[in-house]
Amino acid sequence: MNLAGALKLTFWKSVAIVLMALGAGAAVERYALGLGATTNLKDTFPWGIWIGFDILVGVGLAAGGFTIAATVYIFRIERFRPILRPTILTAFLGYLLVIAGLMADLGRPWAIWHAIIMWNPHSVMFEVAWCVMLYTTVLALEFSPVVLERFRLHRTLRVIRAITIPLVILGVILSTLHQSSLGSLFLIIPGRMHPLWYSNIIPFLFIISCVAAGLAMTIVESFLSSRAFGREVELPLLSELGRVIVVVLALYFTVRVQDLMSRDALRYVFMPTYQSAMFLVEILLGVLLPFGLLLVRRVRESRTGLFYSAALVLLGFVAHRMNTAITSMEHWPDRLYVPSFQELAVTLGLAAFGFTAFAFVAKYFNVFGEAPHMEEEPELIQNSILNSEL
Amino acid sequence: MKPKGLLIDITRCVGCHACEQACAEANNLPQDEATDLSATHYTFLRSFNDGTVFVRRLCMHCNEPTCVSACLVGAFRKMETGAVLYDESKCIGCRYCMQACPFEVPRYEWGSLAPKIQKCRMCYERVAAGRQTACAEACPAGATVFGDRDDLIREARSRIDATPGSYIDYIYGLSEAGGTSVLFLSAIPFEKLGFPMNVPREPIPDLSWRVLSQVPKYAVAAGVLLFGINWITARRAEVARFEAEERRAGKQVSRESEVRA
Repeated sequence: MNLAGALKLTFWKSVAIVLMALGAGAAVERYALGLGATTNLKDTFPWGIWIGFDILVGVGLAAGGFTIAATVYIFRIERFRPILRPTILTAFLGYLLVIAGLMADLGRPWAIWHAIIMWNPHSVMFEVAWCVMLYTTVLALEFSPVVLERFRLHRTLRVIRAITIPLVILGVILSTLHQSSLGSLFLIIPGRMHPLWYSNIIPFLFIISCVAAGLAMTIVESFLSSRAFGREVELPLLSELGRVIVVVLALYFTVRVQDLMSRDALRYVFMPTYQSAMFLVEILLGVLLPFGLLLVRRVRESRTGLFYSAALVLLGFVAHRMNTAITSMEHWPDRLYVPSFQELAVTLGLAAFGFTAFAFVAKYFNVFGEAPHMEEEPELIQNSILNSEL
Repeated sequence: MKPKGLLIDITRCVGCHACEQACAEANNLPQDEATDLSATHYTFLRSFNDGTVFVRRLCMHCNEPTCVSACLVGAFRKMETGAVLYDESKCIGCRYCMQACPFEVPRYEWGSLAPKIQKCRMCYERVAAGRQTACAEACPAGATVFGDRDDLIREARSRIDATPGSYIDYIYGLSEAGGTSVLFLSAIPFEKLGFPMNVPREPIPDLSWRVLSQVPKYAVAAGVLLFGINWITARRAEVARFEAEERRAGKQVSRESEVRA
């Protein structure tokens, strides 16, 4: 690594350390002083960025996990195998961070286990809670071979390999349910949300958009780790993901516009309001611009073009979730929300912790190396490699 | 017990705040000035039109409460008296009830390290013992009346019919959110008194149940579909492997014959 590269890396390392320290301090403050003293949440605005960003965005960005796992294991499109492990790791860490964020946001976090024994199947939050618990377990199992290989626990590894397919299928079901249920949470608030975001198809919109975001996250994560670890980036594979994103964004845009039209809400788009501006940022910068960019082959197949397009997709995704959870509920002048310093610090600290944890795991475990086929024996792998050569 | 309720006639309220004081006393809450509902104010008298019209805010005690359906651990319950009660021993503090309530009633103890939801309990213990709520008992003007919800609806109807000029022809709470235990009468259109008018007429829990009830069907269908796809792709991979082996064997055979030749 050259000097400039080393300096850059040191710079980002120090940024991560500062953010994590601030986040930890803010978390301590939150537990010592309570939600009222450390957040800008209030009776008229009970959910802020810990729900809007840490949970809604965190879960969405983990969507690469089920998409790539299904591609490789169920559809058996083997060429995507090199990005499987880092994507599963991203998803797993994402879910752990979501749980950490939740522990900060819950008023009575010590009672979180109540969700296991006190059931209310009529609550969307009940579905959300069970999806988080079960899918985090599935992700841990999906990622476990990396750890088991490292410590040569071959017998356990064989058990995991034997159940890989059912595990992945369970993961796809749970993950799609979870993504959609985060949207369904808002179905019950028809009166309070701005018509640009309230819709009865919101669970469906959440699923489509999370696929684009999950794939964009896979692209961005690949670029970042290629820089951090000095690896070659799998450009042709990632360009292919870019092509899939084009299709998903097109579908998302069509469904979104149709939905606005059917609810006669299109007229709110060009009104001189804060909500309209946020909507336009979300759709123009976060959906249409990356759609147009990724449509062009030269952009899609260039490193910078692909990276920045994927980053725009993420921006649009973050904007959609934050707009749904926050912007759509804001109302001048009596209902406004700006996150407090502590809320921001915890959120940024968790994000920095996510990057650090990823780097740590990638350094000490075989995340990027040739991942052996999970469900097959070594000689079969040899065969399939031979097959692809023939 | 028939479900009870409160009929609040805004035209009769004189703004004496006796309901607020009685409520605070009955629930052991501090007697201090409030600006809205809060964790220590279960009811609040808002004034309109330069202090000539007064509107009580309190939990509406919906017939099919959104909070009861929203709470993942079932911390809310609709009681036989009509009251909607909260049980802090179950609560995990997610505040989905606050977000979900169409009337924005549940309040939070933001300053506490073990925060609870606070809201009007429609004096559950008093009512269960056959008494009326503290606020209705204290009201000197008969603006808040306690009774069976059915009787109160009849009473409201007859008041409107008796003097049509002094009321607008609308009972707020009759069908809001599928009906509420607390009913309001007014001479001024409700939207001018801060009442949310876009509350759905059907029970709000249905909005999520429509989707939630599909979850098992989706899970089964998706499972079958994915196992089916897996079966096809696995078979394809097997065939490809077999053919490759055959080809290799064929090549070997031809190579052997070459050698022989």
